[in-house]
Parts: sequence; C-alpha cells; structure tokens
Amino acid sequence: MTAMISLQQIEKRYPGTAAPAVDGLSLDIAEGETVALVGPSGCGKTTTLKMINRLIEPTGGRLLIDGTDVLQRDPVDLRRGIGYVIQQTGLMPHRTIRQNMATVPKLLGWSDERTAPRIEELTEIFDLDPELLDRYPAELSGGQRQRVGVARALAADPPVMLMDEPFAAVDPIVRARLQDQFLDIQERLNKTIVFVTHDIDEAIKLSNRIAILNVGGKLEQYAPAEEILREPANDFVREFVGAERGLKRLALIKVGDIPLEDGPVVAPTASADEARAAIDAGGFDFVSVIADGELLGWVGRDMLAGKATVADSTPRPFTAYVTARDSLRQALDSIVTSRTGVAVVATEGQRYKGILTLERISQEIIS
Amino acid sequence: MIASVIALVGVVAQEDTEPLIRWIWISDHLDDIVTQGIQHLYLTVASVAIGFAIAFPLAVLASRRRRVAAPITWVMGILYTIPAIAFIFLLLPITGFSLTTVVIPLIAYSLLILFRNTLAGLDGVDADVKEAAVGMGLSRRQVLWKVEIPLALPVIIAGLRIATVSAIGLVTIAALIGRGGFGQFIQDGLQTFFWTPLLVGVVLSVLLAFLADVLLLFVQRLTTPWTRASGTRVLTT
Repeated sequence: MTAMISLQQIEKRYPGTAAPAVDGLSLDIAEGETVALVGPSGCGKTTTLKMINRLIEPTGGRLLIDGTDVLQRDPVDLRRGIGYVIQQTGLMPHRTIRQNMATVPKLLGWSDERTAPRIEELTEIFDLDPELLDRYPAELSGGQRQRVGVARALAADPPVMLMDEPFAAVDPIVRARLQDQFLDIQERLNKTIVFVTHDIDEAIKLSNRIAILNVGGKLEQYAPAEEILREPANDFVREFVGAERGLKRLALIKVGDIPLEDGPVVAPTASADEARAAIDAGGFDFVSVIADGELLGWVGRDMLAGKATVADSTPRPFTAYVTARDSLRQALDSIVTSRTGVAVVATEGQRYKGILTLERISQEIIS
Repeated sequence: MIASVIALVGVVAQEDTEPLIRWIWISDHLDDIVTQGIQHLYLTVASVAIGFAIAFPLAVLASRRRRVAAPITWVMGILYTIPAIAFIFLLLPITGFSLTTVVIPLIAYSLLILFRNTLAGLDGVDADVKEAAVGMGLSRRQVLWKVEIPLALPVIIAGLRIATVSAIGLVTIAALIGRGGFGQFIQDGLQTFFWTPLLVGVVLSVLLAFLADVLLLFVQRLTTPWTRASGTRVLTT
C-alpha cells in the first residue's frame, strides 16, 4: 500500500526553546487508514497534526500528501483539500448550520446547485434533523454541533481528514454514540484520517493503527491496537496503555475470530435421561436445547427432575447470548453475568454456533 | 444637560414674568430648528464616521500586532483628556470659525471609544472559531471579513452608540464659535435669559441622542440575528 500521508524526519523547533517540540518524526499513513496520535501532554501530537495542514509550519523535514510535497504548496489552497475538525467544533456562531457546512465548497467556488445536494447528503449521512440546517450553532446540543463539525469537514469530500480531539468535549454517552457513528461513516467513506486523542480507549476503538509518541515527538510504537496491547514495545508504551491491557485486547478480538467449543446440546424431544447424560458429558451443570439448529434455551439438572422429556421441563431462554461480531470482552461479560457460567454463541437469528468458556478466553489472551 | 435643566427650573420658579415655554417662539422658528438640527446631525455623523475610519484600521492592526495597541491607546487617551472648549480655542488660530474646528475635537473624542471597542470585539472572537476557519482554508483577509468582523459587530456597534451619543452632546459646545447645532439655542437662551430656546435646545439634543441610539441598536439587531439564538452570550461593553 502506498502512503497517503508521509512524514519524513519532520521537525518543529520553536525559537527560544532548548528542545524541539517534534524532533525528526517519520510516519507513513496508508490510504483509507485511520491513525491515532496518542501520548502524554508535551509529546507533540497536536503539533504533528497541525503540521500536516501547515497550521504549524515545520522547521525541518519533508511532508508528502498523495506524493506531493506539502511544503511547496500554497497553505490556504492545501487546507481547502484537507478536512479539519477540532475539539470545540469551531463552528461559526454567526452562520447557520447550512452556511457552516457550505464553507469549504463555497471557498472552492462550487455552485449552489452542487453544494445544496451535498449538504442534504451529509445531513442524511450524519443523521441530522434537516430542520437544524437553518438554525445557528448555539441552538444545537453539544453532540449535534460535533456531528456538524465533522460533516462540515467532509463537505467538499477531501481524501484526507485531520481531527484534533474530535469527541473530547462531549459527555461519555454522547461520545460513545459519536464514535460508533464515526466508525460507520468511515467504513463507507474510507477516508485517510489522522486524529489526536488523549484517550487510549478512543484510539483503540477508532483507529487501524496507533502512533504512541513520547516527549519531543519520539515515536515509541506504531502498530495496530491489538499488537500494541499484546506486545508493547517498551515500558513507556506498557505504562501508557495502562492497566487492563488484557481486557482492552479482548475488546478488539471478535468472537468469530477464535474457534468455539461445541458445548452440550440436546433436542427438545430428548428424554430427561438423555439430557442428564449430556450435562454430565459436557462438564457443565446445564445443556443447551436446540431444535433444528435453533437455540431454544437451556435446562439444568434440577429442572429435569420428574420430567419425561426436555420439552416438559420448559427450557429457560438464555438471558444473553453473543454473536460472532461481538468482542471477547462482551463474551466475558456474558460469562460472568450468566447463570450457566459460559457464553452461548448464536447468530442474530438465534442459530446456535457453540459456546465460549472462561478458559477458552484466557487461553486466547495468554497465547 | 440634565443638571442645567434642574438649575433652570430653580431659576424659573423665581421668575414669574417669563414663562418656561413660549410656544409662539417655536412655531416662529421652525425653519431655524430644522437647519440647526441638520447641522447637529451633520457634525455628529461626520465626526463619528471619520473617527471610525481612523480607529477601525488601527484596531485591526492592533489585534494583529499586539505591541502597537498600548501606544495607540496612549495617544488617543491624551486626546481624550483635552477639555473640549480648550481644544476648540486651540484650533481657532489654525482652522478659524469653520466646521473643521468643531469636527476635529469631536473626532478626537470618538477615537478612543471606537478603537477600544473594535479591538475588544476582535479580541473577543473565539480562538477555536478562528483556528477552524484558518484550518478550512480561509485566507487571512477572509478570516477578518467573514469571521472576525461579523462576530465583533455587537461590540463594535456598542462603541458606535457610545461615540454617537457623546458626540451629540459635545456638538452643543461648538455653539461657542457659532457652529453648535441645537447648542446655538442653548447659548442664545442663556445669554438672553429667554428660557424657550434653551429648553428647545436641550430637549432636542437629548431627543436626537436617544433616536440615534435606538437607530444604531436597531442596526445591530438587524446585522447580528445570530446573537439572539438561544444560549448565545452577547458581548457588550
């Protein structure tokens, strides 16, 4: 894959300071990739981001976007081709939402006939109420403003987008929703995105690769989240990603990515004795009840007492089951909260797939 | 002005020969009133407009180059402290009994107010909004005209209101050299102990100031509809 954005020995030295803010950082970002810049304050992550659209002028090194040297281009022109989102959204309070979203198309000289449908489209993509378009930013909620901020950055359909702590200013519930929406939209639009965050969990959730920076823009590790959690390059990274590395990794692995156990199953027509045998063979104190591949529920030993068949004992539905698309972390949650002590895996249409046990999950973490 | 009205009422109470208002004088002098009114308005608008034309670019410069803000404020502050009457008499040998002699001090007084408010307005524009604007590819000039000035407008117009109302009051002093608009009536009244023109001058000056203020407020509301969007904090000084 060719690099969409390429930082080559990029440097920022402020006059009158002993150490450079960013000292010779090299980083390649592939087309369609989402990269998170994380690190402690003073690591130069925001400086690095702002050098890409030259809000901060690098004092050394080379910076290429799509093969062309950014430092040779007119900065104003350059910025019109790069989406830019900041924490406080920076929406213009004196312009309506529609006017705000039309900012870059207007700068690029788009006709109204071209701009208007684009704004309609963005309104739909970002699930915004069209009524909001003629309001002023002050009339919107924080979450709505944030969505408009991202939508505005995408208005002229730039291939590259830079985001500076894009979701930090909203409350955790809204943030989680915005992050999910971001993932959905990114899946469809496939932009090359660089974003800065101080929240390692946000980086893990949103990015394909994470660049962990130390003071002075020193790149400590640049790898997919799963790899950083599995094999932190050094103590700095280990400390930065923090406690619960195992749990964080679980959040990244999908249930469908690992082999499942079959688990004990019986048909509803089976006799109580057969069910008891299945329970004994399975080594758990329950057996799943399956009719033609469809998950009906489970029965325990005590429920079978005095009953002729499994159906007579009225199997209990599983209060929760996980699908192949859920993460191992969700499966773990299902295990520790379920009465059966395992996570049952099924499709969304309740087709039984197998089970996950605590042992199976911890094997995955240790390996 | 208010103090002089109160003093006047006190004096008038002892004088029962001369009534407070002779309506016949007003109807006899309607032409004169209109002429002086135009003169008053002309002096006010000319001095505030020229003052703004000087203060505005200086404020933009000061918002870009912080270092020049202090010396500009200092010079304007000195101009502001010169008493109006002294200022007019200082100019007499140079500009004579012309309108210029009146307009120059009026400009000088408006400068500090207009400069300070314009600068405060520009400084008050959210740094995030400016950063996002630059980040989206607005040029410096576009950031100034499309972002900073529109957002500074409430504070800039607040400055224009103060400058205009003070100028309307100050114009009356120019009657000393026969260029005072409504001030002419005040001076005539004081010299002849004839209360009617004096009251007419005072009342019309106050009325003019009030109308100018309301007009500018209206302009502000018209040009900044976004300040009334819910939850918006409007900066005023």
